Amino acid sequence: MTTIPAPAAGGPQFYEQTWDLSYRHALGETTSAFLGALAERRILGRRCPACGRVLVPARSFCDRDHVDTTDWVEVARTGAIEMFTIVYEPFRNLPAPPYALAYVTLDGADTALVGYVRGLDLSDKDAAVAALAIGTRVEVGFADEPQGTAADYWFELPAGG
Amino acid sequence: MNRQHVGVLGVGQSEYVTRRTDVTFPELVREGALLALADAGITMDEVDAVVFPLAPDALIGVGNGERWCVEALGASGKPFMRVNNGGATGMSAIIAAWTHVASGMFDVVLVAGADRVSESGSAQSVLNKMWDVGYERPVPLNTITMLALSAMRYNHLYGADETDMARVTVKNRRHASLNPKAHLRTPVTVEEVLASRVLAWPIKLGDACPSSTGAAGAVLVSERYARAHGLHPAWIRGIGQNTETFWMGDRVGPRSVSDHADADALAVAFQRAYTRAGVTDPGRQLDVAEIYAPFSSVELHVIEAAGLAAKGEAPRRIAEGHFALGANGIVVNPSGGVLCSNPIAVTGVARLAEATLQVQGRAGAHQVADARTAVASAIGGDHQFYSALVLSDDLEEIA
Repeated sequence: MTTIPAPAAGGPQFYEQTWDLSYRHALGETTSAFLGALAERRILGRRCPACGRVLVPARSFCDRDHVDTTDWVEVARTGAIEMFTIVYEPFRNLPAPPYALAYVTLDGADTALVGYVRGLDLSDKDAAVAALAIGTRVEVGFADEPQGTAADYWFELPAGG
Repeated sequence: MNRQHVGVLGVGQSEYVTRRTDVTFPELVREGALLALADAGITMDEVDAVVFPLAPDALIGVGNGERWCVEALGASGKPFMRVNNGGATGMSAIIAAWTHVASGMFDVVLVAGADRVSESGSAQSVLNKMWDVGYERPVPLNTITMLALSAMRYNHLYGADETDMARVTVKNRRHASLNPKAHLRTPVTVEEVLASRVLAWPIKLGDACPSSTGAAGAVLVSERYARAHGLHPAWIRGIGQNTETFWMGDRVGPRSVSDHADADALAVAFQRAYTRAGVTDPGRQLDVAEIYAPFSSVELHVIEAAGLAAKGEAPRRIAEGHFALGANGIVVNPSGGVLCSNPIAVTGVARLAEATLQVQGRAGAHQVADARTAVASAIGGDHQFYSALVLSDDLEEIA
């Protein structure tokens, strides 16, 4: 065996891969019931027997008191924006921008639900930002034929409001 | 086994860049290990155990990449663990190593790792996968939108605005221009940040960290080892950790315990570290803060959580020139911070490394004059896993 000169440096080599993985996640009884109610255009929460908070989206236990939630509660289809953002940057494998996202505390709920804000012209950023200011009242909109998934609903500004 | 003070005997960082094509991932990890060992003046043979920080597998495109890196870390034949805590991974690994040593179980523990975030163009798609599969996945949340929500709420509550955010970037980029290892080293102006393109309002490109490639490491030793060998490490005087609820929607509204605008749970982590270190007035007693803030807006509420400014006061203090190199009082992120270099898995290790260099007077052009005490922190998950530690150059009471 003889030592040879180091091989001439070529360009760097690369290995390209794509991960395409499939899952079918069980969503459990509580989440399934919440999603099932969406198909009836209803938003449900669960009340904690210790702190009394109505948790929306519905959860089977209270993270604060570590007890099982007890009662189903139907909350309103109206509420107030707690925080929002408008996305203008494309991210690979995420929806094409622009789109607006908001957390909204629905009337009767103690926690905020996330969703798209639809029906708003986002091409004028400053106008859209002003229209969605914290505290702005919104309504829940539903798909014409809700399928019982979290994609069934969104938020929108009241007509004429 | 007697409980031990824990020293930082050596730290290492590669330069942080967009891409490295000269090394494989394990070779990059090895770079971090060798830099830390060289700085500590020891070899792999002296290492008793290894803790390996590695963020979500999908970010590097390798399943359980710790398996691939055992040889690079010299870990064959030694106790080994991987730590993953999202953005807090690096500091969680340091704290795991601290526990290894403080317990008296081990005398010399190596923490080293690397990241190469830019090899996947899908980072925000990967990070989207951390939200609830039933309720939140149909909405394209990611770490940028998560922190845009926090930023807009902070601005609303405290009357701050995008100019206040931009001033954080301007400060950190100036600091990074003095740090040869930093990724984004070009100074910018407030006007340039404000004119940069909107990612997720109010966060713009100029408010955001880069996707960095690089390595970092640290060697932690027991007090008995340091004394036996006549060594003078920097000392970890106190650590603190805390955890916030998963649900961002529970952090708003009249019955929320903490607000998504703030970092209240992180404030508790800081306080735990301060209490253990005997720090009662951090703004006066500490010289340097190397805090985890991947977006300009995050630095505002972390400064407040660290007790360096009252809630809502950080923007005014920064506008007045505080927290910048050359200013009186504590300097925040003299390295340029996470805003200028974010190799996710080791970003928390880099905070410790920079804090160590500062308290030992070894930070070069971005050295804070006469620094002897520092605080470092990290954040992971959906602004959820918090850690902090206090460092000093000796074991004297922090005055």
